[in-house]
Amino acid sequence: MPKEVTDVICPFCGTLCDDLIITVSDDNKTILGVKNACAIGAEKFNHQRLPGRVKRPRMRQADGTYKEITYDEAIDWTAKMLVKSRKTLMYGWASTSCQAMSIGHEIAEKVGGVVDNCATVCHGSSLIAIEDVGVPSCTLGEVKNRADRVIFWGCNPAHAHPRHMSRYSIFPRGFFTTKGHKGRKIYCVDCRYTDTAKCADGFIQIQQGFDYEVLDAFRAAARGEVIPDVVGGVPKEKIIEVVEDLKRGRFCVIFFGMGLTHTMGRNHNIDEAINFTRDMNDYTKFAIMAMRGHWNVTGSGQVLGWQYGFPYAVDLSRGDQARHQTGETTSVDLLNRNEVEACFYIATDPGAHFPVNAMISSSRKPTVTIDPHINCTTEISDIHIPVALVGVEVGGCAYRMDNVPIETRKVVDPPEGVLTDEELLTKINNRVDELLATGGQ
Amino acid sequence: MHRTSISSPWMRPRHEVKRMNTVTLTIKKQPELYLELEKVNPDTFAGKKADEIAKLPVYQGKEILTLGDFFTVTGDAGATAADTKIVINGDCTKMKYIGAKMTAGEVVVNSACDMYTGSWMTGGKLTVNGDVHSFCGLAMKGGEFTINGNAGNYLGAAYRGDWRGMSGGVLRVKGNAGSDVATFMIGGTLIVEGDVDIHLGTHMEGGTIILKGNANRRVGGQMVKGDIYVFGTINVMMPGYKAVADVDLEIDGTKAKFTQFIGDLGERHPKRKGETVYGNLYMKK
Amino acid sequence: MSEYIIKNGHVFDPVQGIKGDKAEIAVKDGKIVDKVGSGAKVIDAKGKTVMAGALEVHAHVAGPKVNAGRWYRPEDKHFDSHKTAGITRIEGGKSIPTVFKTGYEYARMGFTFAMEAAMPPLYARHVHEEIHDTPIIDEAALPVFGNNWFILEYLKNHEVENTAAYIAWILRQTKGYGVKCVNPGGTEAWAWGLNCLSIHDKVPYFDITPAEIITGLMEANEYLGLPHSMHLHQNNLGNPGNYTTTLESLKLAEGIKPKNNFGREQVLHSTHIQFHSYKGTNWGDFESGAKEVMDYVNRQKNLTIDTGNVTLDETTTMTADGPFEHHLQSLNHLKWFNVDVELETAAGVVPFIYDPNNAVFASQWAVGLEIALYAKDPMRCFITTDHPNAGPFTRYPRVYSWLMSKKVRDERLNTFKKADKVISATTLANIDREITLYELAAMTRAGPAKCLGLSKDYGGLKPGMNADIAIYNINPDKFPSSGPEIEKAFAQVAYLFKDGKICVEDGKVVDMGHKQTFWVDAKVPENKQVMHDIKEKFLRYYSLNEKNYPVPESYAPHQHIISVDATQA
Repeated sequence: MPKEVTDVICPFCGTLCDDLIITVSDDNKTILGVKNACAIGAEKFNHQRLPGRVKRPRMRQADGTYKEITYDEAIDWTAKMLVKSRKTLMYGWASTSCQAMSIGHEIAEKVGGVVDNCATVCHGSSLIAIEDVGVPSCTLGEVKNRADRVIFWGCNPAHAHPRHMSRYSIFPRGFFTTKGHKGRKIYCVDCRYTDTAKCADGFIQIQQGFDYEVLDAFRAAARGEVIPDVVGGVPKEKIIEVVEDLKRGRFCVIFFGMGLTHTMGRNHNIDEAINFTRDMNDYTKFAIMAMRGHWNVTGSGQVLGWQYGFPYAVDLSRGDQARHQTGETTSVDLLNRNEVEACFYIATDPGAHFPVNAMISSSRKPTVTIDPHINCTTEISDIHIPVALVGVEVGGCAYRMDNVPIETRKVVDPPEGVLTDEELLTKINNRVDELLATGGQ
Repeated sequence: MHRTSISSPWMRPRHEVKRMNTVTLTIKKQPELYLELEKVNPDTFAGKKADEIAKLPVYQGKEILTLGDFFTVTGDAGATAADTKIVINGDCTKMKYIGAKMTAGEVVVNSACDMYTGSWMTGGKLTVNGDVHSFCGLAMKGGEFTINGNAGNYLGAAYRGDWRGMSGGVLRVKGNAGSDVATFMIGGTLIVEGDVDIHLGTHMEGGTIILKGNANRRVGGQMVKGDIYVFGTINVMMPGYKAVADVDLEIDGTKAKFTQFIGDLGERHPKRKGETVYGNLYMKK
Repeated sequence: MSEYIIKNGHVFDPVQGIKGDKAEIAVKDGKIVDKVGSGAKVIDAKGKTVMAGALEVHAHVAGPKVNAGRWYRPEDKHFDSHKTAGITRIEGGKSIPTVFKTGYEYARMGFTFAMEAAMPPLYARHVHEEIHDTPIIDEAALPVFGNNWFILEYLKNHEVENTAAYIAWILRQTKGYGVKCVNPGGTEAWAWGLNCLSIHDKVPYFDITPAEIITGLMEANEYLGLPHSMHLHQNNLGNPGNYTTTLESLKLAEGIKPKNNFGREQVLHSTHIQFHSYKGTNWGDFESGAKEVMDYVNRQKNLTIDTGNVTLDETTTMTADGPFEHHLQSLNHLKWFNVDVELETAAGVVPFIYDPNNAVFASQWAVGLEIALYAKDPMRCFITTDHPNAGPFTRYPRVYSWLMSKKVRDERLNTFKKADKVISATTLANIDREITLYELAAMTRAGPAKCLGLSKDYGGLKPGMNADIAIYNINPDKFPSSGPEIEKAFAQVAYLFKDGKICVEDGKVVDMGHKQTFWVDAKVPENKQVMHDIKEKFLRYYSLNEKNYPVPESYAPHQHIISVDATQA
């Protein structure tokens, strides 16, 4: 008889829904169905049963084809690469568990790695801004229970965080928000009219690349100062009207995404949005939150935080100190400048996301990629090591976009003989110890 | 209000000829990755002879080598940093931290340099005859740093997260600089003779910036206090600035009429004797 | 397991009343014993001071706001990250150490236990992940209750049994140790941008006062008979004139009797009381209220306090007193981190520089020292810095030097830029008392252990107790006279024994020991009402499912569980 596993945490996006119900075959090997997930989350679970799963490590041959090798061979090759390399990029982490990350950091400290996570091409800009000016924020339940003004600025949850609006930000009826979306005023600020804007009460179209200027005008308007007639395509009357309406709100929250992180100025856009939020706390309750994309990039930031004191781009290459400087210790910069001589990728696909020049640089270095699937990165790596799907075939801690930690569950067994990240990293760590004890050969 | 001219504060009376010992480093081998040269400054060299200097550690990732592995070292250092001059010849494009944290003495680099050149310096004179990369002159506290070339991003900025940026000294770039120049500046003088990209003087709370060329956008964003003089054009002015007066000024040897703007009106500002003290942005007419 | 005999040391143990006499301490199988065999390893403690391992009673060392403080302050690690040769990991962080540095530094100073002062239940998994990664020292965490919706609703109707049942449930879900109450009512008000500055201000919507919350939580704590008492961060922190709020809050404990099987005698622990002992009406006429507060504390035997000493450093403030942090950032304009936590609490973080040239900060420094120097019973007054709020815990040795040497603290006092102003606003200049080593042992070992309900096994050197022992390079007959010498001696132990194992030798970490997570499992009568309320609130208001709320066992691989049976109440 198939069985249902309840309270399952979806390992896809930063919304980290934890109400999924997965139907599993009685031999614990196959996922038969998914309830409550959005289309993306459902696919994450359902694709588990698709044929063609990689079950053993693969090694690139001279002619470009891949040959199957054993885990032990892959582990040995990886450990030798790490021990030999003077500076290794160890990037990814955003789709594995905190427990696995911890082991990875131990390895990085021993072999001289730079540990970086997916924030480096995503909300790293937000992290830089928070490092400069802090952030007044809240948990998602506070939005559900209290918020009567919600602004989506440069983000499109309808596409990227599909259940965000129904679980937290627009529709739910909470303790002080018994009217649900009827008791909330929703604003959408974007350069184009998105599907999220369709759910908004007010859409403010902004000239692309002018968010910093518009936010400056919002702040000036909040202080009662004179502003120009039009800023970033937005008429001053509109700016003043919105600011006054926000001041009348009881609990306002801004959600933001790539519209701020990836347009001109990047971290400065978020910095200005945070300062607007901060200013508005003089009038009413105001919070701001980054729409984190990966289900555990936040977790990587947390573990790096408590172990080394920085949220990403942590340079451990000197072995006796941890350093952090976005622009220097970040993955794309290290690759573009050829500052590393080996690459170790885990739980990510930089081949699909990094600028081409960075990946050309990467492809010229000894590279190991750890991932359940064949992807753009595995095909330019020397070794591809498959692992279990975290949150599906093995559990582990994850952090939601509001930093709330949730322990993901194991729902089915991994394919026969496939290691988990934790098991694999432990073996690599042990092999590194052996090599270091015998002088590295 | 008229301001007096701003010129180099480092003037030596003729009769005081300082006798400095010069250590010359000449590149003989390039690193495969990048070298961290945090030991290359007058303070670390002071009191050492050439062969001791050659034994100082340099870092290439986790590998620790010596200065002598990459440079020929001639000349002994002076007894103190103030008595020590360092001249570096050869391609330093992949060398970081040259002259960082120096408190006195002189460093001349006849090449482009990488990151952190002259960062955290508190005194002395640093000259680079070439371009510098990013994060140079960070949180400068004093001394004179001249770049006869272009600079990358974050020139004279604060270290990540720190609200205390450049606070003293004179930093001059003959060429262009990139973005994020002088973020969180609180004192000192920074002069760019060429152009800058975006975000000049963001979060400034004191000090003086002189831009002889043009800026792309976002000059003086979130400025609390300080003075920025722009000789060229700005593609897009920050909305938080309003013109208040025309003034005649002499800036870095040039006499001209400037329009004075105050701002950033979106930001907080201190009060002195009941009057709000804004940041100033002077645009040359 | 190894046997040791510590010989020739000067022992300071308030549990046995040993005041510096030379005595032997025998260690076997992790315990202090009467004697050991001739094969025992000899540790020569000649000319050294021997005490039990110290217990940190209140510090912010593990959890979401601590970590936010870490990663949003890269500059706190700048030029500070380092690694010592040996078995330790990279350490960093001046005001908010990384977890590795936290464990090592506490151990190097002779500590064997630390209490994480405030755990938001929704984030308990994070707190335990950090505790798990913090080496050597035993740790526990106090979940916060003072702004929790369940508590506010139950105590509005004075439902003490329901309150107790909910507390017991939370302790089990979060592997928590006791009842923490921060800015009662005010932090819920902060979710609307408001606050409760007096204990009679009503909490918006919930219509309950801080006085009712404080009283109710004390009663529930005694109903359960928990090892620790209710642990209170009072309303109106940091404001001139707030000593009246403090006295009003403390008075609520009058008439409440301690009820427990752990030897605990207090019903209220008032924390970082320095921040709550100010007279005056503004920063201009600010004055010390330490004498007024301590007069009351000295008379009221069912109270304990900890000092919250200002160390005059650049540090980071962090607290569940969310509105206070908003207020602070409006004063110093530094970067402000804030998080409101649904149904439970909030937290704020703001960097702070206690510039000694500033008369107010220097006066706060004096207030903190006055608190300790006015304390008549060192078993009821403990030394803390509310790390990192008033200063980093690594400054404890400096704080000890100010308390133990009038010469050292007067040097500091008289060289302030605004010394005249500081001296006139405080009474420190007139205090001659110097804390002795015996009193220090009470204030950092025996006292905190008793306050936390751990006095059976911790805080002393009596045979039968746990072999947590610190040996310092301090000769009581030749007590160091300079500040730096005193600091050095307390900063680097000669030996630290934890569970009978040498973990630190000559200030160097040599063994990670066997750290445990302490928590309290309180059994209560079955309570259908509370279970129903919990189900309802998770279904309707929390953003997380009830089944995903508890801390998994794997997060705390070595648990020291203290059982309490309140079913017979």
